[in-house]
Amino acid sequence: MELVELCRILLLLLLIACAVSVNLTKSLLHAVIVFMSYSTVMCLLWILMESPDLAITEAAVGAGISGLLFLLTLKKIKQLGGKDGNVQ
Amino acid sequence: MRKDFDAWLDGETELLDRLPEAAERPDLSLDELSRVRQEEAVRIGALPRTRALAEKHRKRFRLGYRLAAVGCCLALMFVFLYMTAHISSYGQENPRATEVSDRYVRDGLEETGATNIVAGMILDYRAFDTLGESHVLLTALLCVIVLLSIDEKNMRSPYGDYSQIRLERYFPTEQDSILHKVGLVLSPCIMLYGFYVLLGGHLGPGGGFSGGVVLGTGLILLSASMGDGVTDRFLSRRRYHAVIFCALGFYSFAKGYVFFTGANGLENHIPKGTPGAILSAGLILPLNIAVGLVVALTMFGFYNLFYRGGNGEDYHD
Repeated sequence: MELVELCRILLLLLLIACAVSVNLTKSLLHAVIVFMSYSTVMCLLWILMESPDLAITEAAVGAGISGLLFLLTLKKIKQLGGKDGNVQ
Repeated sequence: MRKDFDAWLDGETELLDRLPEAAERPDLSLDELSRVRQEEAVRIGALPRTRALAEKHRKRFRLGYRLAAVGCCLALMFVFLYMTAHISSYGQENPRATEVSDRYVRDGLEETGATNIVAGMILDYRAFDTLGESHVLLTALLCVIVLLSIDEKNMRSPYGDYSQIRLERYFPTEQDSILHKVGLVLSPCIMLYGFYVLLGGHLGPGGGFSGGVVLGTGLILLSASMGDGVTDRFLSRRRYHAVIFCALGFYSFAKGYVFFTGANGLENHIPKGTPGAILSAGLILPLNIAVGLVVALTMFGFYNLFYRGGNGEDYHD
């Protein structure tokens, strides 16, 4: 089996693992971080599927902006954990 | 009271709007204020009236909601079944589905002048979609502004004080030395890469949306690591709105011209240039820049509104 094929299967398995564990984590902060890693895996998969346009967008939006907005929302509703409900 | 009620019937004034607000009675504590409001509401007869109205609305809404839900489900079922009836079975070629993409691959370079066929597709063949997407982004930003921005009008809170709320929600990230140093090094690189992706969208992978998001991420990092003063200096609220307005307006007018000439069989005066050069592909480069600016500023606006509830002090006026 080629190395690229092996990588693809590994990444797909990782993708499924990420997608399932987003639902299974108790902590919202962990869910956001797993969701960002899901986007990173998806970005690599887009590159393997020869669509770099989508890979750039996926990396910037999925792993960057949307994760940031989720974290800011968690901060606003005081769900980040820590002493006073927020990590500083 | 009689006069009030008639005025209310004529739609001139809302009775509940006449209740004293926190800003008008700073001398009262919260409990006292709610007691005063209650008494005032009973005095002007707002409460029984509005309660009865609310109950009536609720009943109507409940019935309408159920009917609408059933109707939507049935309509969706019909649409999906109708669509699946037209799909060819697995493994069989469907000329209707591949005709368009074949043409994009065959004639895309010649017709749009863009070496990146994706850019030619989203900004030339399907430019109307991208225009709609930009406007959807703008609408989302407007909703976030309405919901999250801090000004006097949504300050009916126990605090009542703008500066106190701002202090509570706001942690000065630029005092974090690690973030400060990393942002100093990284944010120019990210923004440079964003400009590269934005300007090279018609030549290689990239384009308005992805470049704009990267640019927006750079702006966010700059604002977070250097303090909001740095970005406020070159991006005041006024300039922010002006840039978004000009970009969307330019997009609409440019594409309107192309649609008009194309639909009426007129000659299009926009040169295509040599494919592969930076100034080529007709309108795609300027449209990429317009979309990129809108996306970058929208992302930065989202961050600002989620984090601070406004673009610093000038959201105060």
